[in-house]
Parts: sequence; C-alpha cells; structure tokens
Amino acid sequence: MALLETGKYSQGSVLGSVNPDLASERQTASFSVEKLTAWLDGGAEHTRMRRAVVEAIERDPVFSRENQYFQSQNERYEAAVRKAVHLQEKMHEMGWTENGPEFKYIYRAVSGDIAFLLHRIFMRSISVLGSDKQIAKWMPLATQYQLIGSYAQTELGHGTYLQGLETTAVFDITTQEFILNTPKISAMKWWPGDMGRSATHTVVFAQLYVHGKCYGVHPFIVQIRSLQDHSLCPGITAGDIGPKMNFEHIDNGYLMLQNVRVPRENMLNKFCEVQPDGTYVRWGSQKINYFTMTTVRISLISDEVVIPLMKACTIAIRYSAVRRQSKLKPGEQEAKILDYQTQQEKLLPQLAAAYAFHLTNNYLQELFKKGYSEIQKNNFDRLPELHALSSGFKATITQYCTAAVEICLRACGGHGYSLLSGLPSLYTKILASCIYEGENTILLLQTARFLIKCFMAASAGQPVPPSVTYLAAAKPGKCPAKNKLDFLSPDIYTEAYQHTAFRLISSTAAKLQDLIQSGVKKHDAWNQCTVQLVQAAKAHCHYITVKNFAETVEKLETRAGIQKIMKHLCDLFALHGIFSNTGVFLHDGYISGAQMDMVTALYLDLLAVIRKDAVPLVDAFDFTDKNLNSALGSYDGQVYQRLYEWAQKSPTNKQMSPAYERYLKPLLHNTLSKL
Amino acid sequence: MMMVNADLRRERAAATFQPELLTHILDGGAERTRRRKEIEALVINDPDFQHEDLNFLSRSQRYEQAIRKSSLMVMKLREYGIADPEEIYWFKSFVHRGRPEPLDLHLGMFLPTLLTQATPEQQDRFFMPAWNLEIIGTYAQTEMGHGTHLRGLETTATYDPATQEFILNSPTVTSIKWWPGGLGKTSNHAIVLAQLYTQGQCKGLHAFIVPIRQLGTHEPLPGITVGDIGPKFGYDEMDNGYLKMDNFRIPRENMLMKYAQVEPDGTYVKPLSDKLTYGTMVFIRSLIVGDSARSLSRACTIAIRYSAVRHQSELKPGEPEPQILDYQTQQYKLFPLLATAYAFHFVGAYIKDTYRRISGDINEGDLSELPELHALTAGLKAFTSWTANAGIEECRMACGGHGYSRCSGIPDIYVTFTPSCTYEGENTVMMLQTARFLVKSYTQVSSGQQVTGMVSYLNDLSRQRIQPQHVAARTVTVRINDPVSLVEAYKARAARLVEAAAKNLQTELNHRKSKEDAWNRTSVDLVRASEAHCHYVIVKLFTAKLSEISNAAVRAVMTDLCLLYALYGISKNAGDFLQAGILTDAQITQVNQRVKELLAIIRPNAVALVDSFDFHDVHLGSVLGRYDGNVYENMFEWAKKSPLNKTEVHESFHKHLKPMQAKL
Repeated sequence: MALLETGKYSQGSVLGSVNPDLASERQTASFSVEKLTAWLDGGAEHTRMRRAVVEAIERDPVFSRENQYFQSQNERYEAAVRKAVHLQEKMHEMGWTENGPEFKYIYRAVSGDIAFLLHRIFMRSISVLGSDKQIAKWMPLATQYQLIGSYAQTELGHGTYLQGLETTAVFDITTQEFILNTPKISAMKWWPGDMGRSATHTVVFAQLYVHGKCYGVHPFIVQIRSLQDHSLCPGITAGDIGPKMNFEHIDNGYLMLQNVRVPRENMLNKFCEVQPDGTYVRWGSQKINYFTMTTVRISLISDEVVIPLMKACTIAIRYSAVRRQSKLKPGEQEAKILDYQTQQEKLLPQLAAAYAFHLTNNYLQELFKKGYSEIQKNNFDRLPELHALSSGFKATITQYCTAAVEICLRACGGHGYSLLSGLPSLYTKILASCIYEGENTILLLQTARFLIKCFMAASAGQPVPPSVTYLAAAKPGKCPAKNKLDFLSPDIYTEAYQHTAFRLISSTAAKLQDLIQSGVKKHDAWNQCTVQLVQAAKAHCHYITVKNFAETVEKLETRAGIQKIMKHLCDLFALHGIFSNTGVFLHDGYISGAQMDMVTALYLDLLAVIRKDAVPLVDAFDFTDKNLNSALGSYDGQVYQRLYEWAQKSPTNKQMSPAYERYLKPLLHNTLSKL
Repeated sequence: MMMVNADLRRERAAATFQPELLTHILDGGAERTRRRKEIEALVINDPDFQHEDLNFLSRSQRYEQAIRKSSLMVMKLREYGIADPEEIYWFKSFVHRGRPEPLDLHLGMFLPTLLTQATPEQQDRFFMPAWNLEIIGTYAQTEMGHGTHLRGLETTATYDPATQEFILNSPTVTSIKWWPGGLGKTSNHAIVLAQLYTQGQCKGLHAFIVPIRQLGTHEPLPGITVGDIGPKFGYDEMDNGYLKMDNFRIPRENMLMKYAQVEPDGTYVKPLSDKLTYGTMVFIRSLIVGDSARSLSRACTIAIRYSAVRHQSELKPGEPEPQILDYQTQQYKLFPLLATAYAFHFVGAYIKDTYRRISGDINEGDLSELPELHALTAGLKAFTSWTANAGIEECRMACGGHGYSRCSGIPDIYVTFTPSCTYEGENTVMMLQTARFLVKSYTQVSSGQQVTGMVSYLNDLSRQRIQPQHVAARTVTVRINDPVSLVEAYKARAARLVEAAAKNLQTELNHRKSKEDAWNRTSVDLVRASEAHCHYVIVKLFTAKLSEISNAAVRAVMTDLCLLYALYGISKNAGDFLQAGILTDAQITQVNQRVKELLAIIRPNAVALVDSFDFHDVHLGSVLGRYDGNVYENMFEWAKKSPLNKTEVHESFHKHLKPMQAKL
C-alpha cells in the first residue's frame, strides 16, 4: 500500500532513522550506557558473547517471531516445534553445547518461544531422581531425541499441594510391574507442557501402593505415545488442554491412565526402591532432591520475570518519550508524556524495580552457589534458609514484576492494548509465573513459617541463619531523619524497612502465641493469622531487596557515572516502597507524619532526576528490536509508522472475510426495511 | 442433567437470606428482574444464537459470528418490539454474552449522534437508512497520535465555497484515525471528528458524516484508505479500524449542523452552549461505572463458586481437604472484592438516576448541577475501572492455575474490561479533571464562599482556619462498627488530602512562573486527593443504600458487606488515616482485626451473595463458575474441543519431529 503520498509523511518514512525525540534523550545520558550494560551482564566479555548468540539466532529466519501476533494456536505450536528441532542443528553448527557458556543466552534470544522445555525437566528429573542404571538407560535416548519427555505432576484437582495427588501406581508382584491408574476425573494429569501433542514419554507422579499399603508420591517413567507413528499407547488418553492466556506455542496437556503397566525398573529409584518381593526400601537423604526443586524457583527469576519487566519498561519508556500529548505550557509544542509527573510516577518505580530485582537475583544465585557447595560436603544446615528465601523471593518478585508489567501496559494508553505493542503478551506470560512452581500465597506462608520459627529461636537466645539475624537484635526507637535529605541515606531507609519487617514478624508471632494460649488449636490459630503472616513474609523480602540494592551500590566503583545513577534508582526504589505502604511505616510511629511528608516530597523530586536518564537506563538493557518485537518500543522510536505498517500485515487486511458476502451484504441490502 | 455439586448445595442451604430479594434490589425491582429474565430466555432459548465456544475460533471466525448474531439481533429486537434502551442493552448483552460486537458504535454512537447533532434535514437523509442498516456507521474520533486530548486531533476538514464541499485530509501519519470499532471492515459511513477550516481560519473540532465504502460492493471509496488495526489483547470480535483520507470531498450538508454551522459562503456560525456535550460524557461514563460493577461481579461469581468446590491441602491434621474458601487468605482476596462489586452497583445506579433527574432539568434549562456531576463521574469512572481491573485479576489469581485457562472465563472478562481504563477518557486524566473541580471548590471555600453537593465537606475548612493543624486532625471520633461514622472518617481523609494537594499546588505556584508547571508538579498529590474524594462518595452511597433495604435479612448481610468495604479501605490506606490523625495506631489494629472477623461472618453467605448477581451460565461463560459446580468433568469436555486436538497425531510430528529423530 502506498503510504507516503504527501510530503508530511516522508519524515517518518525510513524506519531506522532515529526519532529526534529519542535521539535527544540519549544525548544527555549522565553515564556510559555501554558500561552499564556490561555491568548488568557481569562483564564486557559476557556482553560480547550474549550479542554474538543473539545475532546468530536473529539472523536465522527460522527463529523469526515477526508473524507471531497473527498466528493461531496451531501455527504457534508448529513454529515452536520447528524452532526446537532447528535449534539442535543450530547448536551443532555454532559449536554451542548444553553445558557451554552460550547456552543461557539462547533462551533469551528466542524469547522462550520454543518447544521441548519440559523435555529438559524430564532429563533433569531423571538425572536427579534416577539411579545410575536408569540414567545410563534413558539419558542417551533423551539427548538424541529418540524420545521426547515431559513431566506430569500437576492434576486437575491438585497443584502445589503434592500430597493430595490422586494418581495411583500399584505394584503387581506376579508380573513385576506397576499398574498406573487415574481413579477419578480430578486425578487426571493436567497442565504439563509438551504433553498434549509432542511427548512420547513422561515422568508421572503417583501414589505408590504395595501390598495395599500407600507409600506416598513417587515418580515413574511412562511411555505415552508410539515411537513409530506417534499414536497414543494402549490405556492412554492424552491431548491438549485448550487455549490459555498465553503459551499458545506450548501444548500443555492432559493425561488419563487406565491400567497402564510399566516395568518395576521404571520407578525412579535413586532414593527408594520396590524390590522384586514387594519390600519397600528407602536410602540416602532426599534433602539434595529437595534442594533441586528449590533451585528451580530461583532459576526462573531472571528469564521469566526480570527480563520481561525490563522489556516492558523499555517499551513503555521509549514510547513515553516519543508520544506527545496535550500542552504543559501554552504556546509550546505538546509535551512528551514522560514529562508528566503522573506518568513518571507510573513508570520510573517499575524501572527501579527491574534493577533492584536483577540485583536480588544475583544475590540469590550467589547464595545458592555457596549453598550447593556446602550441601555437596553433606552440610545441610543452610537448607531451611535457602528454601525460605527461594519461596519468599519467588512469590515477591513474580508478584511485584507482574503488577509492574501491567502498569507499563496501561501506561501506554490505547496502543498498549494492541498486541503489536508487545505488552499484552509480556503480561500474560509473566503472570503465569505467579502460579507455576508453587502458588505465591502458599510460598509466602512457607517463608512466614521459617521467619516465625527463627523469631522464636532468636527470642530464646538461640542462633539464627545469617539473613535473619536482625530478628535477634531489634532496636526499638524512632526514625532519626531530621530533614528531607536524610532520607537519601541508605542507613536511614534500610533501618526503616528492617524495623517494619521486625515489627510485622514479632507482632504476628505474639498474636499466634496469644491465640494458642487462649485455647485456640494450633492450626486454627495459624489460619487466623495467615493474612498477617503473608504481609510479614513480604516485608522481610522487601527489606532484603532494599538492603541488597544499597549494599551493591555502596560497592560500585564511582567511574562512568554508574554508581551515581544506581544510587538514585536505589533511593527511588526504597522511597517508593515507603510511599506506597505509608500505613505500615507510620503504624507504630517509627516514621512520623512529618517525616512521611519528607519521604513523599523527596520521592517526587527523585522522579524528576531519574526522568533525565530514563531512556539511557532502558537502552542499557540492550534488547534488540527483534527481541522486543514491539511496534511501540523499537530503538528508533518510529512508533506510528511501524504501527501502521505492521497493521497492514494483519490477516484481517489480507484475507477476504466471508462475513461481508454472508451477513453484511444481506444486511446492507435492505432486508430490514421490510420489517 | 448433572446434579448440583454437594458443596454448592450445602453453601446455598446455609445462606441467611433469599438471594432473589437481593437480585430484585440490583435490578431495581421484582418486575425488572422478571422482565430481564424473560428477555434472557428469549435469547438463550433461541437456536439462532447458539454457536461453538468462541475460545476455539480464530479472530476472523469470531468477527463473523459476531456479525451474524448482530444482524439477527437487530431483526429480532424489532420483531419482539423491544424498544426500551435498558431492555435493548440486556438483549444485546445476552446475545453477545457481555462482549463487544461490530455494530456497537453504529447503535451506541452513530445513531444517537445523528439524533442529537443532526438537523431535521440531515435526519431525514441519514437516520432511516441508518436505522434500517443500509447505512452502517461508526464514530471516528481517536487518531494514532491523539486520544483523550481532543484538541490535539489533526484531521482537517477544509471548506471549499466554490464547490460547497468540505475537503477531508489526514495530513500526517499520526492523524490517521485509529481504533474506532466497526471501522475496519463493517461500516460504510463514519462520523469523522476533524478540525474545521473555513475562510482561512481554524474553528476547532466538528463532526462530519463521511461515506467510506461503496454501497453495493462495500469497496473503499477513492481517496479513502481503510482497514483493520490488527490483533489486540481482547476485542477479537471487533474490527477496530484505521481510516486515512486524501482530499476526500463531502457536500457541505454532511457537516452535523444542529449547533455550529458553515453557511454556503463559508461563514461560520458558533454554537450556543457547549455544556450540553457534558451530558453525553456523563451518560457514557456512568455506563462504565455500571460495567465495572458487572465485570467485577462476574469475576467474583466465578472465583467464589470455584473456591467453594475446590478442596486443597489441610487445615486440620487428619481431616479431609477443606474448601479453599475456608482459608483466611482466600477470603481476604475475594470478599473485599465482593463488597466492592456491590458498592459499585449502587454507585452506578446512583449516577444513572442523578443523570436522569438532571437531564429532566436540562430540558427545563437548569444545568447547575451538571458541572459537579461531570467532575464526579470522571473520577468515579477512573476509580471504579481501575479497581475492577485489578480486582478481576485478583479473582483470576485466586483460581490458581485453572484461572489461567481460557475455560475459566476470567481472562476474557479481563481483556474485555481493561480498555475501559483508557477509553472514554484515560483514567489519570479523568482523576485530574475531578481534582480540578476539587481545587476550584477548595479555592471558593477559602475565599469565603460556600460549596454544595458532594464537596460540601470542604465548607468545614473555613471553620478550622484558626487551627494550625491539618483540618481533620481534631473532632472525628470514629466508631469502627458504624458505617455512618466511617463515612465521616472518609470525609475527613478526603478533606485532608484535598487541602494538602491545594496547598502544595499553591507552594509550587509561589515558586514557579507557570501555572501548568505547578499543576504538573502537584499531579500525584492531586490524583490522590481525587481518589480519596471518590472513595468517600462510594462509602457514603453504599451506606445510604442500607436504609433503603426493607428486608431485614438482606439488610443485615449488606451491612456486613458495607462495613467490610469501608474497613478494608481504611486498612489498605491506613497511612492516610494515621497521618491525618483520624485514627490511632490502636484503632488501625482494631480495624485490621475487625476486617478478619467480618471475613468469617460473610463466609456462610458468600455463594448466595454471588448467586444474587444472577448471571446465567451461558452469559458467565466459565467452566469454573458453573452454577452446578461440576467443574472438573466439564473442563475435560471443554478441552477435548480444543483445535490442537482435532487430529490424534498432530501434523508437526510428520513435518518436524520424525525427520529430526531420523537425523540425530
């Protein structure tokens, strides 16, 4: 379609020439964008490698996501399978390996739009839960894709609460087989990825029965589709669970088992075994296994949560620097919407949060690396703390970032609602992270259980793990800030967060005690305090996040202006948290009303400061246009031109809809006037 | 017919009130309920309106279904003689199950605009053809570059006296009309908003009737570029479109000239008053308030019924898994939203009634109440749509993994509802409009004048002038179990935040030259003030409603909900109440405790309270929220129909998987 007939159109005609409104934002950066990118990547050499991987992937048309927004569920699924298959060849071609340093960048480069992610979980579960013999048998097959695996844990009726699973595996001593069954509809496996259409095998979690006795949930390798023609095996009913909010490319599936027999050797038996005579033996510690599940929660934070928020911020902030609306001053040009205080108040705290949680993720990774080496030395002391932190942070970060992405979406007004903005799909994808790998409320309650326990221990003078030592050393008192600028001191605000977390934990512990002493049963007392417990767990994670951010900034070199801007972001993140939770900080008078007015004023001042660097701060995330896949967020800021050109590609404009001939024509041609 | 799930039966039997009585209150009387259900039955029992689950259809197919149903709908409405606007709304809403449809703008904007802004001659020319759908129109206002800020629109209509025509142009990319519903594929006419130029001068925005497609072939006319703007978050059945005009000429008589006019020689005649346009905006925003209530009610119905059916984990060791509705955290997620849904229903009804009353006055020339109502509805539109938007998502999250499936119905409610935060006035801009009114009222009070209506609490400020403290810091003694007393607390909070914002604005003004800069630098405070004002109005209206309920059992349960709404709001905004000295630390602790007690009090009535919303299963469109509670069986039935399950072995196996296995 000829778009550019008139002179005024030509200005925006060349996509790629940078919109002056964005160019001017970049000229005034107070720091080196390239250096900040390298810092985020953990060093310039990592940046180079990441870019090389991204470039290799994006150059290859098979990985293109150009038409993604126009594709049906079927087309998305097929494309994802094709990409997964092609990736094997690509890795071979590039010399990348599963254990190589490039591997982690591939997922980012394909934006997760690829099949067989559960195949990897299948392999991981065999390597963690399987005996050496089982590993030797199954891993080569899986690595060579002679089979495609999935991981069937969740059922229609049960998710996070694993003990409640209802699938059964009954040992038949005469044939030395397990007989797997789905005894009722709620026991049907539901949600596992790659299982609806692709998988040939899956790890099924089922209640083990031997001689009529139940031994709890155990994992079994079950073949579900023929390796020859991919048809379903006898006794298997499986299929796709239907459309979801996102993950159209993944065939989340259901699975029903009717007297499906697997050999005794198919129960993953690193930790326990059913012997030929039916004797159940358990050996070794399952704690390491427990640890593996815990690390999964941490491993998703970067790719599934922080990166999507960084993308959303990039799109919303670049768009806000290009979109002009209404006048701030009479007679002047319309203002960039990024210059409105209300717009800054929506977006800049989310930008600060993206940086904050990026650093929290680094902190957790480091902690878990140390934890792992301890565990390998058979020291399990830190396990409860790591478990509590992984649960609490998984919940806090997914919840915070999901809300943040939605704020970015809505801050883009009408155009944010178009799929072409990229924001709806970022949102619908990130919000699934609030549910998978443990429902957030339940996870927060696990963290709360740990905190209450530590608080009781600390009160009794017993030692507590490092991250909660503050529970032992509470200093009652008031916030010492005397004027507004005092709140720029990390000590002042970190103390405030610590005080609040302490207050919420201790008061909930006291309430629990009171209830129990007044004769309420323990579990009832717990349920009556759960709203407070959740709040306490969140406050703890918020405190650690602020503390970690402040400590990281402290350690930064002052060069290239990076420390300065990071300090601003840290202040903003901390003060925004106080500003948005005034009640909690004012409650016992730790922060006074007058101090709260200072916080508010300072917070609003900071918005204007960070505003100046907003575009460079998202540029530093270093997403390519193809990776963002957004008509609003591209580096060149040619928003309207791109939106118009992309809309032309919509099938609704290319294909003739039968609606006109069938319905509109009779309607327009006067069938009604006869009425 | 499957039996109703035992849990739901038990829940319903335990309710302390009759849900129908509450339904009657929501509908505005037993007779209205009867009529609504009658119309509902007409649609739901009509085989013409049956179709496959929309979740399994492509966008094109959904558009086609919607068009098919819309055509039938128009014919059947006339066949049945349904003419009352509310009854038409019901009928339409049942046909399209609460979703948008391509004729929305024709019926909701094009026809009404003809009625209000066309001259009798123009009505003769356009109205009957439009009524009979020979002309299908839309309302093309929003452009790619401008939405809420109307003065920024760039489309031009230049009068050419030589031919007595207007020449329409889209001079820039940003001026392309973008988003109007029904524009992409359906409409053959559009009412286009454009900057009028005549005799070399710009006269501002005016409305023009522009034919865009050839009658008969439906092809775009020469000079018109029109199409669909592509896939969106929701609104799959709607062909939101773009429109670009290149020297497109229309006769002079196509400008809507009931108010402003351009004479044949190009002389411009000004309209008399622009206050009247307020009326339409108030009306449409009041619809959004009602829509917030309904959308949130639907999400609550689904989440609460599902939570009564879903059993998980253990509360007491050794006992069977409890209903998740018995967990305090689940109640805390859902019951405040349930209370909010009721509050918004009453607010929506209030605005509608007030508007109706004032429009009566308008015809008699009394517009004095209109500015306040206009300011109030702007804020309430923003407040309720923001809250409902977040609330729908909380309901979905409360349904765990299954909420994420399209079969839960909540994703659809969300994506359909969420644009209302943007359309008909972007919410932040709306809040600032309300703030402008509040600041104006505050200034009036400061200069010794009295103000009336919902802002009259500002009058108290003048009496407090001698005290150096914040206004509210003194007299209120709050009784936390008395809704009337809580209204006072909210009033005090609003007064304090309006005053704080006004004072900060003044400080900025003293420091800076420009009024606009000062306003911008205070806008976060101003939005907070508006929110507090709206919150007060809602608590007040909810409380006022209680005394109108005659049935004691219903009044009792509504009183609990009203208390929960008010106390939860205090708990969530405790900082405001503490800082202003309206409540003490100890009282906030009591409020938090009372909220939890109320959750337990409301728990036995939760299912009955959503049953009272009276959504038919077909309208609800949710497997999780079914009236009979048979969730799992029906999820399986639903999934089997998924497009990916059409063949036993997916073609990807032969195309990709098999060759790979051979290669590796």
